[in-house]
This record gives sequence, C-alpha cells and structure tokens, in this order.
Amino acid sequence: MPNLQPYANPNYFLILGAALIPLVIGLLNGKRWHVYETLVSLLFLILIFDGDKVHQGIALIGYVLFEGALIWGYTVYRQKHNNTWLFDLAVILAIMPLVIVKFVPFLNPGSNSILGFLGISYLTFKSVGMIMETRDGSIKKFEPWLFLQFMLFFPTISSGPIDRYRRFKKDYLKVPDRDHYLDLLGKAVHNFMLGFVYKFMLGYLFGTVLLPKVAHLAMASRGGFLDISWGLVGYMYVYSMYLFFDFAGYSLFAVATSYVMGVETPINFNKPFASTNIKEFWNRWHMTLSFWFRDYIYMRLVFFLMKHKITKNKVLIANLGYLTLFLLMGFWHGLTWYYIVYGLFHAIWIILTDVWLRFKKKHKDHIISNRWTNYLAIFATFNTVCLSFLIFSGFLDRLWFH
Amino acid sequence: MDVENTVVEILADLTGNDDIKDDMDMELFESGTLDSMATVQMLLELQGQLDIEVPVSEFDREAWSTPNKIIARVKELQ
Repeated sequence: MPNLQPYANPNYFLILGAALIPLVIGLLNGKRWHVYETLVSLLFLILIFDGDKVHQGIALIGYVLFEGALIWGYTVYRQKHNNTWLFDLAVILAIMPLVIVKFVPFLNPGSNSILGFLGISYLTFKSVGMIMETRDGSIKKFEPWLFLQFMLFFPTISSGPIDRYRRFKKDYLKVPDRDHYLDLLGKAVHNFMLGFVYKFMLGYLFGTVLLPKVAHLAMASRGGFLDISWGLVGYMYVYSMYLFFDFAGYSLFAVATSYVMGVETPINFNKPFASTNIKEFWNRWHMTLSFWFRDYIYMRLVFFLMKHKITKNKVLIANLGYLTLFLLMGFWHGLTWYYIVYGLFHAIWIILTDVWLRFKKKHKDHIISNRWTNYLAIFATFNTVCLSFLIFSGFLDRLWFH
Repeated sequence: MDVENTVVEILADLTGNDDIKDDMDMELFESGTLDSMATVQMLLELQGQLDIEVPVSEFDREAWSTPNKIIARVKELQ
C-alpha cells in the first residue's frame, strides 16, 4: 500500500471521500456503523504508518498499549483509593514516553528515539487528561474499546485538535439527528473548501514560494546589530502567515472530517489576529492546546496553591501559573533554546498584560477607549505575536549561530 | 442566605462588578468579566460557603457561563 500523510495530497482526499460516503449514508439514515468506522480508521492509520514509517506504527501500538494499561490500572486503583503520590506517579509514567522522545535528540543530536511516532505529543495530552479526570472522579471506569477509539481517532491523530474523552464518547455513542447532521455536513464542506484555500494556496504561497526568498535575503544581509535586516523583518511576517494558514488549514480538514463522521471535534482557530491583547489571542489561537494547558495545568495549579494557602498573594499565584504553563508549553515543543524563550516571552507578556488590565480597571475614567484604541491594540498584539513566532521558528538560531 | 444571593455576592466580590445583579444572563467568560484565576476563586468560595465539591474536571465553561447557569449548576450539585 502507498504511504499517505494526513491531508497532504489529492490522493488522500480522494480515498477519504470514498471511504466516508457509506458513513454519511448511514448517519443520514440514523445508523452508525461502528465496525465500518473502525475499518476506515484502521485503513487510514495503516496509510500513515506503512512503508518506511512502519517503525513508527510499531511505536504507536506499543504506546497505546502502555497508556491503556496505565490508565486501566489507575482507574481500578482509583475506585478504592485516592493517594496523591500514586496519582503523581501515574501522570509521570504517562508523559514518560514523550519525555524520552524529546530528550533523545537533545542528548544525541541527529538521532530520534525508537519510541517516537507522528502524533505522540497529541496522544499524550489525551492520556494525561484522562488520568486527571479519573482522579477527579469524572471518569469512573475504563472502557478499553472507547479508549482505543478516542486515542486512535484518525482525523485528529497527527496534530489535533485535542478532544476530551467524555466529550468524544458522547458523540461517538450517539447518532446525530438528521437536521443537525445536515448542518454538520454543510459546515464540513465549508471547512474543506476554506482549508484548501488556507493550506494549499496561502500556506503554499507563504511557506514554499516566499519563505525561502526572505530567508535567503536575511542570511545575505547579516552583519548589523543582531543581524537585523529587512529580510529578517520579511521572514518574521511571512513565517507567521505560513504558520497560521498551514496549521489552521490542517485543523479545518481535521474538524471537517470529524463532522462527517458525526463527531464534533472542537475548533482550533477563531480569528486569532483580531485579538486586542495576548490573553484574547490564546483564546483564539491553537485553542484546544491552550485550553488544555488552561484547564489541566493552570487552573489545577492555581486551585492547589489557593486551597492550601501557599500564599495569599493572588497576583503572585496567577503569575506562577502563567510561568508554569508557558514554560511547559515551550518544553513540549522541544528542548531548544528558542522554544523555551518563546514560552518565557509569552509568560512575561501575559503577566505584563495583567498589570495593564488591573491599572486600566482602576483608572477606567481616565483612559481613552474607543474604536481607534481598539485598532491600535489589535495592531500592537499582531506585531508582538509575529515577533514571538520569529523566535519560535528557530530561524534566529540559524541566523546567529550557524 | 439562599443560593441565588450567595452566588451573586461571590461574583460581585470577585469581579468588582455590581451590574451582575441586573444581568443574570451576562456571558461572564466572553465578556472577560471572569478569567481562569477568578474562576478558581469562585469554585473555592462555592466550596466554602455552600459546601459543594466542584473538581476542575466538572467545570465546563459552557455550563457555567452566566450567573443563572452557575446557580442552576450549584443547585444540581447540592
């Protein structure tokens, strides 16, 4: 069989369309054929992980068995006891494969861990989320079949959006009513078309046509203060546009495919560049990732610190939360200086934004706020976001150190 | 004090916004009135004053997005 990466070429979409037609007919007639659905999922998983990617496929199988056994074990334990140390241990074990995959290239540049496969980062979010909800008593028993369907749901396996177990289960076990499903199909068609424009036209224009040109220009004009040049400025904006259109395009495909299957995978982007500050930006950019960090890291940490009265200083607690969240997000992207700096950049920015918002609230009678200050805020936020993406791109590493 | 008043008091305290009393269907998250930090404080206050347990997992923004919805959820959990 050929190897087909998700949403990467016309063949993939042709096979996808053909495979989904029976499902559409079934759902329109009030039937959900789980066996057929599973066969389709298997087919696409094989297409992603066959040929020269077969070692990744084996790593995926091993990973899912490991996480499944771990969550199963923890669920059985949690039905009787609730020890914090055991919970911590379960979380540490759950992230261990990902940690190893991130550390191997760091310790041994140029090599990749045999445990790695496309999508391991995203599956780790799902596993850890399940363990935390089991601890809270929100997930009460381990359902191996649903666990597998949730983890291996093929439309989102490679790069999200990150769904949540209980939400997924609800959709997976029901048949949407006809009107609602027709509505989903309409949205899916719209998403597919917009996705094509985003990923294959705009993403291609910025990423494949323009990016090498500005990169070349920036490399050729090194020598000034911090090697800053018009080429570098160009790179910053072109890369930011590429990042958005490529990833938002992919996310639209993943959401559209889910909708066709009657699963309402949450959206990932909601006009991020119209944000008036960085807090709003993170509610609109890579939403399922930032909401995951908000709900499973930030809120839990803040809850813990306040409940145990570690400090009474609310500002300090919030700031500790931000630092933890964004540093973790940086490390999650990979162990390089620029991902960590990117995380720190956002943490500091959001802390300063809170300072400003508190000041604004206190002096709201003296601060001008109108349509124009709003545009100014959008403009400033957009440019600062692009600067952070320049750090994220790793291009500065090439520019300064190679 | 009843649930309605307690919830409204907690929200008004946390947000410094007394208008909440007049607009019980105000979208708290969309309008930026309540952020994650204030949300956690609210959950802890509810725990302390009304004696209900709300683990973070059970906090679904959709179901808790307005003062009226919060009151409904609290009554369910009591």
